[in-house]
Amino acid sequence: MPGSTASLRAYVITRVILMVPMLVLLLTFTFIILRVAPGDPVSTIYGERGNPQVIDRIKTELGLYDPLYVQFFRYLRDVFTGNMGTSILTQRPVIDEITSRMPATIELTFSSMLVASVLGIGLGTFAGTRRDRLPDFATRLYGALAYNIPIFWFGLILKLIFAVWLGWLPVSGRFSPRLSPPPTVTGLYTIDSLLAGNLPAFVDAVAHLILPSLTLGIVLSGFFVRITRVNVIHAMGSDYVEAARARGIPERSVFFRHGLKNALVPVITTMGLTFALLFSGAILTETVFSFEGMGRFVFLAISYRDYPAIQGAVVYYGILMVVISLGIDILNAFVDPRIRY
Amino acid sequence: MSALLELEHLSVTFETPQGPVHAVQDVSLTIEGGSIVGLVGESGCGKSTLGRAILRLLPENATVAGSVRFAGRDVLALSPKEIRDLRGRNLAMIFQDPMTRLNPLMRIRDHFIETIRAHNPAVRQGQALERAKKVLADVRVPSDRLGMYPHELSGGMRQRVMIALCLLFKPALLIADEPTTALDVILEAQILQLLQSIMHEYSMSVLLITHNLGLVAEFSDRVAVMYAGRIAEEGATPPLFREPRHPYTQGLLRSVIDLETTSLYSVPGEPPSLLGETAGCPFYPRCDKRMAVCETVYPEPRLVGEDHRKVACHLY
Amino acid sequence: MAGWFARGRTSLVGRLIGTFLGQSRTIAGILVWIGLGVVLTILVLALLAPFIAPFDPNTKVASPELPPGGAFVMGTDRGGQDVLSRIIWGSRVPLAIIAVSTTISLALGLPLGLVSGFAGGRMDRGILLVMDSIYAFPGLLLAIAIAAVIGRGILNISFAIAVVYIPTYFRVIRTHVTSVKQEPYVEAAVALGMPRRRVIGRYILPNVAQSIPVIFSVNAADAVLTEAGLAVLGLGLPPGIPDWGFDISLNWQRFDVSWWATFFPGLFILILTTALTFVGEGLNDILNPLLRKREYKAGAQA
Repeated sequence: MPGSTASLRAYVITRVILMVPMLVLLLTFTFIILRVAPGDPVSTIYGERGNPQVIDRIKTELGLYDPLYVQFFRYLRDVFTGNMGTSILTQRPVIDEITSRMPATIELTFSSMLVASVLGIGLGTFAGTRRDRLPDFATRLYGALAYNIPIFWFGLILKLIFAVWLGWLPVSGRFSPRLSPPPTVTGLYTIDSLLAGNLPAFVDAVAHLILPSLTLGIVLSGFFVRITRVNVIHAMGSDYVEAARARGIPERSVFFRHGLKNALVPVITTMGLTFALLFSGAILTETVFSFEGMGRFVFLAISYRDYPAIQGAVVYYGILMVVISLGIDILNAFVDPRIRY
Repeated sequence: MSALLELEHLSVTFETPQGPVHAVQDVSLTIEGGSIVGLVGESGCGKSTLGRAILRLLPENATVAGSVRFAGRDVLALSPKEIRDLRGRNLAMIFQDPMTRLNPLMRIRDHFIETIRAHNPAVRQGQALERAKKVLADVRVPSDRLGMYPHELSGGMRQRVMIALCLLFKPALLIADEPTTALDVILEAQILQLLQSIMHEYSMSVLLITHNLGLVAEFSDRVAVMYAGRIAEEGATPPLFREPRHPYTQGLLRSVIDLETTSLYSVPGEPPSLLGETAGCPFYPRCDKRMAVCETVYPEPRLVGEDHRKVACHLY
Repeated sequence: MAGWFARGRTSLVGRLIGTFLGQSRTIAGILVWIGLGVVLTILVLALLAPFIAPFDPNTKVASPELPPGGAFVMGTDRGGQDVLSRIIWGSRVPLAIIAVSTTISLALGLPLGLVSGFAGGRMDRGILLVMDSIYAFPGLLLAIAIAAVIGRGILNISFAIAVVYIPTYFRVIRTHVTSVKQEPYVEAAVALGMPRRRVIGRYILPNVAQSIPVIFSVNAADAVLTEAGLAVLGLGLPPGIPDWGFDISLNWQRFDVSWWATFFPGLFILILTTALTFVGEGLNDILNPLLRKREYKAGAQA
């Protein structure tokens, strides 16, 4: 046992170190794209109506006329010192924009992942154990439909039915305007209201999360259904399952300890990939439900060529993706002893 | 005295999209206590299916007909709970490929604890581990392997662990389905000698399923030769090998190479498809001693000679 | 080229068509037929739009936001345009996007995967690192970034979407190539001195090509959804071209008043993408048993 813990630690350290080249690659890529792009933030915002001399001056102040490599090194230096500059669009420090919006997206992402995995893995297991019979086909149909639903459209429908027509759930936003949000500890309204012991606030925050999470979660569950099903079928047909049965192990143990556990290992691996899907979907979901998170902000930043904001957002997403994939890899190594050397 | 295992007119048919596949047809076989019976045949002749049928480990699309009596009990009529109790306790099976037969996520000791608890829920963990260490000693596996995961063990060691898992409850019969095919020759010899010594120690019978004639010749008391889902010939090992009676057995033994071999022989043709109904002797197309009757009438096994050999051939 | 096809039963095309027709009665076969049927219907709608659509999609033909009924089977939208006509005309864009973007993804991803998988070594690892970085990044975000840079228009949007899916083709092809590369017959060919290009072209490519149809259909479905996503966010095609995604972006704020103008475009997106998925799943079920059988024959001894 000491052996495997040490190898786990070594594995984690290796992976953390590998984070750096990926991140640098990502930053370089962003920088190139942004500088290659026609249009610059100043002209985009002020349009042709601006005074050319004023525009010129602002551009010089922003360093946009400096040679590219100078801009690149300044950019790298800024990123690594945490200075993301000021958003051209909102005139606030980029870092503030990110920190104020990040919690919303995190809340949305995690609750959607919860919905998606419970629904997806549950249905996938259900289908995998009843292969080629009606429940299997019905579930596969669900999987195919769910994954292909346009997120935006689905969100609108849910909103229309449950918020507008039935009035069961709030229409948009993160929080009711008539209540005051809990004091900020993490920025996640759900956690913060629990920490403050404020139950009505908690309920309100959750209520606002339900529809967006269902929108994103149901669409993503389609993906999980398919993967889980395939892996459950594969695991239940494996040699060690047959050998376990031959030893007289009761079917329930065979299913859970030998079949399902092994089936979930590749599913967990794939979870890492699905976070990327979640962030993509979050952009659309946040827009439909006016959920003030990073997704919406990033989109606006890109549309207006708000360089500092874009760079900050890319760094944010980059770090997030790398951390999440690291988390998934560690989780994987923890769950599957074969990976740990 | 009734035999340990009695198979009577056992048939296994698989329902496939292409039609019924008769993997095992009308097989009757007896295994006495304290003996090793070898079951030989080419790939696809149905011997592995037969082994699984005895333990009722067949997939859902399989239909079993006939009877399987183990220690007087009708195995095919047992309830799921009863068959689970039987498996691993009185009747055990080891499989061909040891590399994939252990749960990769479970430590070796957990495999043992699980198996022991499956049959004896009241056993405490400490007791179970003691039991595990004892059987591991019998198969000559050091007990430090208990804390390891399957992927940390070599193939030979994994196979021994599999055997140990089967020995936990001193089964009366061990079905060994190609136990050494995936191992190298040296390991093969070791494993089989191990099986032999365990047999005597545990007074256990073995059904050795293999395509390796040499193994059967050396280790088994009796041997049954299978072809296209049926038993072609069955009898005591020494006389059968000395004087094979069925043309297929003769062909098999002629194909074996030894130091005197100067030219290679193989039985011409291929085994028949097991799909759909057929009439006559399945070996008919390849037999060099065939007669007209062989094409249309299946030769039921008949007793031939002083050694009471069962042969399914019209020649006798 | 003719030799490639003339190999009859063993050629990829022959095998595909053969198993395809032979599997018509299975569930997988039916799925593929249904999916193809739907896709072809939509294709026909797109091609015959000028003749089928009751009204001009870009002209105001009635009061805005009329509910479905009467002359306007699907109602009218905010601009007073007939929703049905916009649906029919709008089918052209997703189909065009599919055609262009999957071609680009395949044209770039396939050779890269082949070369990278076959060559191995540092080049392989380098390309893999780049591809994995793209793959790990949220797809829509990447498409947004590229679209923002290169501007609007069908080709540009297709290119943006294509870039997102190149890594998918790359990875699948590369994995397949690396496993096929180790097959004895490939080793034999190389040992006999066959030039690398021929080894790839004659041995590896036909094998690997089996996985392409399946990726293609998944890719196509995703491309439609990404395009819709871009359109909804205002980064799609310039206004004036009827497009299902664009219609959603146009009408969604009035969803509570005139739900039909948003509902039908979204519904058709769902129908098209699901049909493509059916084709993909069906093909997967049909082609995979083939794959499994081959792997089995190669490895099993018993």
